[in-house]
Amino acid sequence: MNYHHTKDINMESNGKRYWRGIEELENDLEFVKNAEKEFSDAPTITEDGSQPNRRDFLKLMGFSVAAVSVAACQAPVKKAIPYLQKPAELDPSIPNYYASTFFEDGDYASILVKTREGRPIKIEGNDLSAISGGKTSAKAQASLLSLYDTDRYKGFMKGKAEISMEKADEEIKSALESAGAIRIVTPTVISPSTKAVVKAFTEKYKGTKHITYDALSASGMLEANKESFGTAMIPSYDFSKADVIVSINCDFLGTWISPVEFSRQYAQNRKVGKERKEMSRFYALESRMSMTGANADYRTAIKPSQEGAVVASLYKKITGSDTFKDEKINKALDRIAKDLKSAQGKSLVVSGSNDVTVQTIINAINNELGSYGTTIDTNTPCYLRQGIDADMNAFIDDVKGGGVDAVIFFGTNPVYNHPRGKELKDALSKVKTRISFAMRPNETSELCEYICPNHHYLESWGDAEPKKGHLSLIQPTITPIFKTRQAQESLLIWAGAKVTNYYDFVRGNWNKAIFTAGKGKSFDEFWANTLHDGIFVGGAVKVEAKVEAKAEGKEDEKPTEKEEKPRVAGAFKGDVEGALSDIAKEYKADTTAELEIQLYEKVAIGSGMHANNPWLQEMPDPITRTCWGNYVCISQVTAKKKEISQNDVVKVTVGSTSFELPVLIQPGQANDSISVAVGYGRTTAGKIGKGIGQNVAPLINKTGWATAKIEKTGKYEEIAQTQTHHTIMGRDIIQEASLKEYKEKATAGRNLITIHTDKGPKRPTDITLWKGHTYPNHSWSLMVDLNTCTGCGACVVACQIENNVPVVGKKEVINRREMHWIRIDRYYSSDANFTAEQHKKGKEDGSYGDMEIPSDNPDVTFMPLMCQHCNNAPCETVCPVLATTHSNEGLNQMAYNRCVGTRYCANNCPFKVRRFNWFHYAEDSRFTEVNPTQTNDLGRMVLNPDVTVRSRGVMEKCTMCVQRIQAGKLEAKKEKRRPKDGEIQTACSQVCPTNAIIFGDMLDENSQIGKLVAEEHDKRAYHLLEEINVKPQISYLTKIRNTDEAKARFAAESHGGGHGDHKEHKEHKEEKGTKKEEKH
Amino acid sequence: MIAFTKTITKWLPLLGLTLLLCLQVAFAQQPAEKPADGGGGDDAAVAAGKALYDANCISCHSPGGEVVVGPGLKGILERRTIDWLIPWVKNSQAVIASGDKYAVDLFNKYNKAVMTSFAFSDAEIKSIFAYVKSYKEPTKTTDAPKDGQPSTASSGDGGYFNVLLVVLLFVLVLIFTVLMLLLSVINRFLNQKTDLNEADLELVNQKFEPSKVFNSRPFIVGVALIFALVTLKATIDGMVDIGIQQGYAPTQPIPFSHKLHAGQYGIDCGYCHTGAYKGKAATIPSASTCMNCHNQIKRGSPEIQKIYTAIEKNRPIEWVRIHNLPDLAYFNHAQHTNVAGLDCSKCHGEVAQMEVVQQRAPLTMGWCINCHRETVVEHANNNAYYDKLLAYHQKQGIKKMTVENIGGLECAKCHY
Repeated sequence: MNYHHTKDINMESNGKRYWRGIEELENDLEFVKNAEKEFSDAPTITEDGSQPNRRDFLKLMGFSVAAVSVAACQAPVKKAIPYLQKPAELDPSIPNYYASTFFEDGDYASILVKTREGRPIKIEGNDLSAISGGKTSAKAQASLLSLYDTDRYKGFMKGKAEISMEKADEEIKSALESAGAIRIVTPTVISPSTKAVVKAFTEKYKGTKHITYDALSASGMLEANKESFGTAMIPSYDFSKADVIVSINCDFLGTWISPVEFSRQYAQNRKVGKERKEMSRFYALESRMSMTGANADYRTAIKPSQEGAVVASLYKKITGSDTFKDEKINKALDRIAKDLKSAQGKSLVVSGSNDVTVQTIINAINNELGSYGTTIDTNTPCYLRQGIDADMNAFIDDVKGGGVDAVIFFGTNPVYNHPRGKELKDALSKVKTRISFAMRPNETSELCEYICPNHHYLESWGDAEPKKGHLSLIQPTITPIFKTRQAQESLLIWAGAKVTNYYDFVRGNWNKAIFTAGKGKSFDEFWANTLHDGIFVGGAVKVEAKVEAKAEGKEDEKPTEKEEKPRVAGAFKGDVEGALSDIAKEYKADTTAELEIQLYEKVAIGSGMHANNPWLQEMPDPITRTCWGNYVCISQVTAKKKEISQNDVVKVTVGSTSFELPVLIQPGQANDSISVAVGYGRTTAGKIGKGIGQNVAPLINKTGWATAKIEKTGKYEEIAQTQTHHTIMGRDIIQEASLKEYKEKATAGRNLITIHTDKGPKRPTDITLWKGHTYPNHSWSLMVDLNTCTGCGACVVACQIENNVPVVGKKEVINRREMHWIRIDRYYSSDANFTAEQHKKGKEDGSYGDMEIPSDNPDVTFMPLMCQHCNNAPCETVCPVLATTHSNEGLNQMAYNRCVGTRYCANNCPFKVRRFNWFHYAEDSRFTEVNPTQTNDLGRMVLNPDVTVRSRGVMEKCTMCVQRIQAGKLEAKKEKRRPKDGEIQTACSQVCPTNAIIFGDMLDENSQIGKLVAEEHDKRAYHLLEEINVKPQISYLTKIRNTDEAKARFAAESHGGGHGDHKEHKEHKEEKGTKKEEKH
Repeated sequence: MIAFTKTITKWLPLLGLTLLLCLQVAFAQQPAEKPADGGGGDDAAVAAGKALYDANCISCHSPGGEVVVGPGLKGILERRTIDWLIPWVKNSQAVIASGDKYAVDLFNKYNKAVMTSFAFSDAEIKSIFAYVKSYKEPTKTTDAPKDGQPSTASSGDGGYFNVLLVVLLFVLVLIFTVLMLLLSVINRFLNQKTDLNEADLELVNQKFEPSKVFNSRPFIVGVALIFALVTLKATIDGMVDIGIQQGYAPTQPIPFSHKLHAGQYGIDCGYCHTGAYKGKAATIPSASTCMNCHNQIKRGSPEIQKIYTAIEKNRPIEWVRIHNLPDLAYFNHAQHTNVAGLDCSKCHGEVAQMEVVQQRAPLTMGWCINCHRETVVEHANNNAYYDKLLAYHQKQGIKKMTVENIGGLECAKCHY
């Protein structure tokens, strides 16, 4: 029996086919051309724009020989410069970890900062934190690089000129004293001490008002909760307790409120195994394909304008009955309502809407379902979003009316990211004294008179209270690099406070407001412990919240401790009827409008605050797999209707605003709607972040959508996508099943292929020419649970930082030369089945693409793919210089200095995980714009000193963080013991918010991975491309979807003559026969 | 004949020059001078005194003229009598308290540093001063390479070889002279003879024409070949040595003597190189480490003053790095010192004997690998980490588990 045939049919005849993008589906010419190739053609960047010729080569050769001979004459004298006074805690080459806190752009994480020789080089999660739980987002990981950003302000500025701190203080103080109305504009402040600073400032300058402005606000929710419960707060959610989750346009795994925390909770109830065969069911209703929606068991596309009506209908269906106009949605809602009702007290409905009415109904639904007190905790409010949009609008009105004398922008950039940014920009000159604490130039600071740059958070002291009773500290991990000053300190100095040193202030504030004496601990002890742990749980801030409210003059709107009375479900008092009638009025689809536009936040870019961070710019979007820019997402049907194809630049007009962006065809996008990401189109952001994409902030409104018109411009702009790269030729690498099938049989969905031999059918792994390897000591491995991988991309950035992976920029990504060692493949599936008939047709006219009916709403699977560390590694066999070899601990090792760059290994790699250095990214001046981590001295401070910076012409790939393995082993050896499980972590496994990637020693029976392998090796665990018998070290666990419909594409039968293969094989033969006959 | 003699006279100076050069080379390899001896003391008392002195006095007093903490003791017996010195050594504070003017002045001069009291017997004190008296200061030998150039260390048995070479040369010259003499005698004899036939005459009158020889094809080819081979050999040797700095002993900004600190005073390597047992880098001590002792000892020395200046000016001392491992190789000291228990000298040589530290090991990959091939992992026996490996190798019948056996030659053990 010919094995290959079996496979073909297997894949295409009894299952869905997976395609990596529309290009593959449509057999796009460019795609077909590139699909077979590992690398794109000859280098496109040359020194002078022309191709290098033979003469240049000879010249270079001659010069090199001469240079080498000259260089060989004299060994360079290298200096070894020791410390003058070595700090006691610091030993060169041994990392120190400091607990701190990351809170930027609404994203919170308690972190440990790894420093080497006094410079932070990596951020890890703090295991002690109950909120982030030792995990971090991609944004938190990448925030490290903004510390070493050369575009930062190097000192205090007045206009364009430098000014000394003292002089600036003097001038600002006198200006503030004469000012009547002062406004401090900040994003959400979760720091009790910062609030105390603002209070001190307000006491000195009575006309001060603190405006909290979140670029990505949850104002609607705050106000709805105020209406429903009396307090403007965001409650704590617990997704792990919910058996049924419904998200309506809410990207809670990617961007909403506290995504890392929610991801962790969500995954807890999605893990299945021997002990647990239950998981939550997750419904998503959304207009665009979001990362969260991609993880849903059932996803329904709704038009943005239907959002309100859908929420209203769901409420009605839960409380009584209702019929939604759209048949498809109605059916989905019926099912959701039924499931929700049967999971009373164990369900959760969330919405990302910023509309009070919608959020009120959501509250009502949750109230009906008894979620309050179970999955929603209103007693522990989350403080991560506090901005009320009306406040900011009032501020802009004030500025326009000339009613503001002085303004201080502290961590905000409203000129860029507020919908009324343009108005503010024009009116800002009416404010006499304009001060900015911006770290690097931005659109708002550009208009400010005084710039008093704040420290980076890694240079600062501070504290945070992300949730009531959960506190954490921020401590500096490096001496300030530039002549900057902590903003809080500036405010204290201007307020003429007694204590101006912010460290003393924070300490004093904690002593006063947080520390409770009488536990036998002195404050010093308490402080030292908290600083060491980074977190403190239990204490509530005594004074600050109240004071803050007073300063605001809005006592009742702020999360004050006084008002937080225990609340139970019955306490809901929202005006549901009013909200319902409002929704009926507002959410009326404009049938005359051709399109609806929805704005969204990208996982990596957020509000655009980190636009100058190349790590985030190059991190592929979880869904679209694009980087370096935004675009218009449009559904396939609509694109066809409008005769638009991928990469066409279209002009989008919304009211009086218009912009031009390329088009990306996105399966899952609701028909007749488009979606565009915010956070792009920065005009002043630094060398890297400037001018990438278009700014759509002016379109932000409370409902999150508007009607739009699009027209083709005839222009064409290629979107930098990693999606169509690294083809795996449509093999069956995703194995999945429904929960129902899994419960029946643990191997559900597995493709247990057999090969027919003279001794009967055998598993491919049982037949081998190879001798294999013996692992006497360790067998390192990674196990990836496809079921809990949400595709967030934190691993990609963490790996990039840990392993000094260069950033290559948009052009090189388009050339398909991105360097990420780990990628997350996102596979769409379609519900269309491959019948033998269709297969036959495809064979005849080569139109496999036609056989797919493009699914409007595909199933999505995320698959993190790194080097599989094959035991029978194809790369090792073909390397002519033995640069890639196998270790006795299961690693496929790569010796860069041995590599001569033949790229045979990459050609022979079935997983396409090897990366070739086309350039000397570390030295090449053409990459300075995008790759500051290696091309300038400040940026280089971030490099991991334990990992080689690769040069041009060599291959590289995932090493399974061998430097961490070696370091961990050494620690164990020093202490004369075996390494403990969990002690050694790869960068990807350490950061993964859902623990989808597990690392460990398979030979250690007590390790998590050892146990999992023992438990799952004949059940859910599988190796990729088992049939080619490369025997990877890395294994995957099948994806289980909690659906009623069957999802398994493979019978999971390996033996017996009666399995499907035979029959289809016959068919296949017949087909062949027929074809031949026809030819004759 | 005249021409021939001419030729000889023309070439003799060249020959002589070659000889001279050879001799010079040979003798230059001989030590220029004998190392200064510590000064003879055949008396048992002097030996006993030296032992006591090295154990108790040397950290503050130099037996020579230098000031360390207290004054140098050179000529002490000319300055003070032994009767004054004995009570002083036993209890200097008592002598000061008694109001002895010399004692009080001395105390004030040396910053009122209190000298430790020693419970020595009179005989012991006398023996100490007998040693001091017999002590001769070593002549300064600072013939270390002056610039930062690596120099190749000469092999140890050069002397014997050189003598042999000289003798050989001498014999050769002797043979050459004798042959010349013989030749001229025969020539003269033949010239006198007249009964020679045509052929013989031609042979006798044949003139030696060097130009013919030099212009001959075989000669040119031969010379060219030899030249090419020598060049090739030199190039290959040179290429192989690129980056190898064995014997590299650069001048340091402060002529710190390991011989004195590690050798004479026996300070442990880890006292200064704090990272050597902890991590990857052994580390060079910070100036503050020097100050642990030198805030008291030898404060006045201009070299020690450099440390003070560095601290005052907040500018660290820029030592010249001797052991340069390329960035592509990862080497961790702790693995070798702490885990494997290797002595520092295994790779660094007898640093304790070096006035100026030089690189002893070639630090090439071949050198690393060779050691990993040969070294048996002895430390595995009392380290639980290695239990599994030991059991495995025992089962395989490998009694001596080398580093290679446990994967010590794998690329990713050092390159990542």
